[in-house]
Amino acid sequence: MLLLTSADYDAIRLSVKVALAATLLSLPFGFVYAYVMTYFRFRGKVLLEVLVNLPLTLPPVVMGYLLLIALGKNGWLAPLLEPLGVRLIFTWKAAVLASALVGFPLLVRSIRISMESIDSQLIQASRTLGAGRVDTLFTVILPLSRAGIVAGSSLMFARSLGEFGATIIVAGNMPGVTQTIPLAIYDYASSPGGETAALSLCVVAIAISVLVLLVHELLVKKLARRD
Amino acid sequence: MELRMEVRKGFGGPFNLETDFTTTGERIGIFGVSGSGKSTLVSLLAGLSSPERGEIFLDGECLFSSHRGIDVPPQRRRISIVFQDDCLFPHLSVESNLLYGYRRCAPEHRKVDLAALVSVLELDGLLRRGVNKLSGGEKQRVALGRAILANPRLLLMDEPLSALDDSLKLQIIQYLRSASEMFGIPYLFISHSLLEIRLMTDQVLSVAGGRVVGQTTPEQLARDRMGQSQVGYINLLQVESLRKMGGLHVYRWGTEELFVSAGEESASAVFELSSRDIILFKKHPEAISARNLLKCTVVDTFPSGNKVGVELRCGTETLVAEVVVQAADDLAIQARNEIYAVIKASSFRRLG
Repeated sequence: MLLLTSADYDAIRLSVKVALAATLLSLPFGFVYAYVMTYFRFRGKVLLEVLVNLPLTLPPVVMGYLLLIALGKNGWLAPLLEPLGVRLIFTWKAAVLASALVGFPLLVRSIRISMESIDSQLIQASRTLGAGRVDTLFTVILPLSRAGIVAGSSLMFARSLGEFGATIIVAGNMPGVTQTIPLAIYDYASSPGGETAALSLCVVAIAISVLVLLVHELLVKKLARRD
Repeated sequence: MELRMEVRKGFGGPFNLETDFTTTGERIGIFGVSGSGKSTLVSLLAGLSSPERGEIFLDGECLFSSHRGIDVPPQRRRISIVFQDDCLFPHLSVESNLLYGYRRCAPEHRKVDLAALVSVLELDGLLRRGVNKLSGGEKQRVALGRAILANPRLLLMDEPLSALDDSLKLQIIQYLRSASEMFGIPYLFISHSLLEIRLMTDQVLSVAGGRVVGQTTPEQLARDRMGQSQVGYINLLQVESLRKMGGLHVYRWGTEELFVSAGEESASAVFELSSRDIILFKKHPEAISARNLLKCTVVDTFPSGNKVGVELRCGTETLVAEVVVQAADDLAIQARNEIYAVIKASSFRRLG
């Protein structure tokens, strides 16, 4: 029997909301980035590649701290955000940004693998049949990258659900405001007598992850059958 | 169709494509071994890659000029390609594949429509299918149809038969020829197979080492290459079935009858016969095991490497045989001489 409080339900809802928002926010950027990296050659490509993949190797806490420096009251981006009245630090939006940044390389990797596996002659055929670059992108490359988009989105969603280090630095751990499932589990685990509640949230986290992976498998199989 | 290409493209290694030619015709072949630069020519002509310098003109229109800064993008060149692998879009149905180029073609250029094409290529019944459910021959027919429906002014066929079984090649060749003739679309047919070039084209550009090294007729090219080819000159014999006799098929070939042991019986067929499988006799030979003895007249002789090609008139048809120089001297082969050609029934190879 799961013992969940209203704060736990808030954490579950917020986790799903943050993961969903981070995935949807990253998807267009991830697709365009993967397209550019797969089909264009330009100076500084390797450097860009390293920068985008950095969150894979850096401790998430470092990513969170860098975000804090950038978005904080006296941060690098403050002159841009303040006049617009945008405040991100210690809001759920900061958690979205943290998740997006940390999960972005996973999303891009899957889409790129998918794009790289497209036979270049299909793209050439499309061009010689009268399609321009953008037309080819939407009528050939995008449909044939669907499996990669689905796989990358699932991975990113799952990664966002588990995001802890960057989120706690940049969004804090406020129940009902910025507390996601991992942060709530951390709270329970570090409080005396919180084991049962922590375990209940663990079960919920496992259930959501299994569901995401099942949906991912089903979609990828369906797409593979269709293609 | 008139095509002029004077281009150079380097690849940062020893291989450079450097070519300067003009060709006119409706059915032109580009012949060369693998790695000779044929596909690079296709790519430059279609606009899929750009030369370092030079000019490309098609029917007087400049498609590329390095000094005038012109490089027409592929989607505006109206040059379709039929690739070696069918390259059909796997996420689209047969019908959507066929219409991909048609929908992007300006209305004033739309001369071929779906109904006419489906009828010529016999694609009815396939339209709603996914392309992954088609056989190899069906896929190549759809690929051809897709390229033609884009209503190009030039069709590039880049080794379109290489991935097909021998049994399918002749069938697809008939579709390729009839479709381009019916819709009046000129084509460049690229192949490393001289036989395919002979079946598909009227004139041929030979490519070697990134250069166009010759321009001639496919027939002349086959004769020129006879001495160095491992299979000699391949005669193509169009025959009609007459009867079966003692385990052999008897076919009508012009005014002659041929005994053939190859393949199953059919009303008509095309057979290959190597120039090396024809033995020549000055006088009528007696008691021979070979089943075909044809009385011929020497039309012409031509040198090819260390061999001599002998063009023979057999009734209404022509054959090319091949002998070494010494044999030609011994037989004193000369134009208008009568000679006997002996061919084993097992020397014929059915095409298609």
